[in-house]
Amino acid sequence: MKKTIAILLFTLVFQAVIGQSCNTKNVAVLQGSYIPMYNDTSNVEIDVEQFNMDVTAVTNQQYLAFVKANPQWQKSKVKRLFAEASYLSHWQNDTLLGPNVLPDAPVVFVSWFAAKAYSHWCGRALPTVDQWEYAARADHDHPNGNSEAFKNKLLRLYESKHHNHQTAVGKGEENYWGLQDMHGLIWEWNLDFNSVLISGESRKDGSLDRNLFCAGGSLGSVDPVNYAAFLRYAFRGSLKAHYCLKGLGFRTVNQ
Amino acid sequence: MRKLATNLLNATAVILFISFFAFLSSCSNENNLGYFDAATAKIIGEINHPDVYAPNVPPPVKPNRGALKQIINMEVVEKVGRLADGVEYDFWTFSGTVPGQFIRIAEGDEVEFHLKNHPDNKFAHNIDLHAVTGPGGGAASSFTAPGHESIFSFKALNPGLYVYHCATAPVGMHIANGMYGLILVEPKEGLPEVDREYYIMQGDFYTAGKYGDRGLQAFSMQKALEENPDYVVFNGSVGSLTGDNSLQAEVGETIRLYVGNGGPNLVSSFHVIGEIFDKVYVEGGDMINNNVQTTIIPAGGAAIVEFKVDVPGEAILVDHSIFRAFNKGAIGKIHISGEENKAIYSGKLDDRIYQIEGGAIQVMPEVEKEPIIAGSLKEKITEGKIVYDNFCKACHQAGGKGFTGVYPPLANSSYFKGEPNKAISTIVNGLSGPIMVNGTEYNSAMPAQVLTDEEVSNVVTYILNDFDNGGGEVTPAQVKAQRK
Repeated sequence: MKKTIAILLFTLVFQAVIGQSCNTKNVAVLQGSYIPMYNDTSNVEIDVEQFNMDVTAVTNQQYLAFVKANPQWQKSKVKRLFAEASYLSHWQNDTLLGPNVLPDAPVVFVSWFAAKAYSHWCGRALPTVDQWEYAARADHDHPNGNSEAFKNKLLRLYESKHHNHQTAVGKGEENYWGLQDMHGLIWEWNLDFNSVLISGESRKDGSLDRNLFCAGGSLGSVDPVNYAAFLRYAFRGSLKAHYCLKGLGFRTVNQ
Repeated sequence: MRKLATNLLNATAVILFISFFAFLSSCSNENNLGYFDAATAKIIGEINHPDVYAPNVPPPVKPNRGALKQIINMEVVEKVGRLADGVEYDFWTFSGTVPGQFIRIAEGDEVEFHLKNHPDNKFAHNIDLHAVTGPGGGAASSFTAPGHESIFSFKALNPGLYVYHCATAPVGMHIANGMYGLILVEPKEGLPEVDREYYIMQGDFYTAGKYGDRGLQAFSMQKALEENPDYVVFNGSVGSLTGDNSLQAEVGETIRLYVGNGGPNLVSSFHVIGEIFDKVYVEGGDMINNNVQTTIIPAGGAAIVEFKVDVPGEAILVDHSIFRAFNKGAIGKIHISGEENKAIYSGKLDDRIYQIEGGAIQVMPEVEKEPIIAGSLKEKITEGKIVYDNFCKACHQAGGKGFTGVYPPLANSSYFKGEPNKAISTIVNGLSGPIMVNGTEYNSAMPAQVLTDEEVSNVVTYILNDFDNGGGEVTPAQVKAQRK
């Protein structure tokens, strides 16, 4: 019993310290369930436990603190296995953002390994696809934003050509949970980003992702007109864990 | 020493082994019976495939040149471009153009395909080439994140004209945004020689605004689902094959058109006004049909058409699902120069019948015509009648008597008599939905007419005066005020 309390106490103190160093503002996303856009056994609701998610994506400033404390994640020192050559390529050097990088903009050009390491350093984790999708489907007033207007707005945000990774986080409207910039600013890493779409060719028989490639007319997908979701799933499917892309960053959740 | 000998022996064995297979493969390339097997055709050289964009095509394959390895580089670019005058669209493209570059290879060639996804792009892309024998036509192997490059190779087994397109989810959206092009696999002996070859690809576009609405237009998913495009165009934009961009030919030449249809939805009724296709390679395959007026080109399909041009003038390419041509942009021109041949065609090419259907003139960006300024009321009425005859009479009939239940009468009209602004607005802004005219309900749509303020003021003045609508005179300023 004593031991348990000690561990609890330690954890609390530890998290407080960590929380400060990561400077994360986060909110609770309450327990619920959702039907993923598509799956092989359609219309099965996935339960999502309550979790706690960063209000915004991790910024350059925040990530800079991480690489200063963890030199092995600086861009000249990182192992190629964990991050390809474009890792932090927009930064001036290992510990300097440089004049072209806005400190409050989301950090991009980070690999899944790097995002995971950062989350771990903060005592947190990357959101799973289920957590992310569940949190992201909320519009301003509902946990489940299902209106045509909302879907069209999202599609508009996604299809707009321009990357917005040079924009400071926290400018977007808060959704039902109080989360900002879930759509339209950047793509975000998920812990299990490749669990749905394993390979690129997804029209092959018997695979989970067959439905995805039939897109607009997909009978297997729950909502075949949710093109914004299709775009997200397809994008995730094209990734490998060491990729570092211009429009791809992350936010964290509690462990 | 003994070890060296063993090594030598091994090396010799390996060389023998390789030569044996080389021998085998050269046999299967073209055996004693002269049978050619594209799958095992021996590669005799390597070239970089040239980058050639619509409406042009790379030079023909030399007959029986042997199979080559072709290295093709294609970059996916998401970019804003011109869809029509004053209208922009966020295109997703192969090689920066719609359609993407024309790929021309021969049966038996091996293609090493490099698909590059530009680092500034936002989306993952891939390519499905219908000419590929293999899963997904290359889609799996070419699935590429932004800032990455995928390489895969394939052997061209079947000659023909094929579509390639992006097959990343949502497929419909990738195609609707312009991700398609053509790949020609020539038979090993090549196609018969012709004088000119051009590359044309039709596509339908779905915009948030309606046809002609200015500015950057977003993709409309709803219209795409309803298969109700605002634009149907050749080579990615309205006017890509008209005016200065018209295709050129000379009398006596044989023209070959490689025509594809990217879709995503519509099937094309491809027709050339003023010509008959001497030959159609049906669906881009081996079957040749002769003396064809209109050939159907499915979405995700292609055809090769050939015709000899015998007389000078303009041959007009259309999707003969004809509203697409005159109201949505699916129109192009071949300008044919040379000596007249009265024995074949006597007299001037008269395309009046297309003008009176309302939109032909709208979409052909020709030299700006000098506005004819009518001074007196009489002059306005005279000029107005010309406009009426060209643009209005086909539907509203001579004397404005209309067509009961279909085209409302303009004579003694209860709809706009005493309110000329309603007539002006209908012409410049279009009108749809139910209206009552002289006791009959009309529920139809009239497209906005692209006419100058001067022309509209003249035609309305004509309608007010000659059609028993109480007379009056409309000024260009009044017309301008009605434009939305």
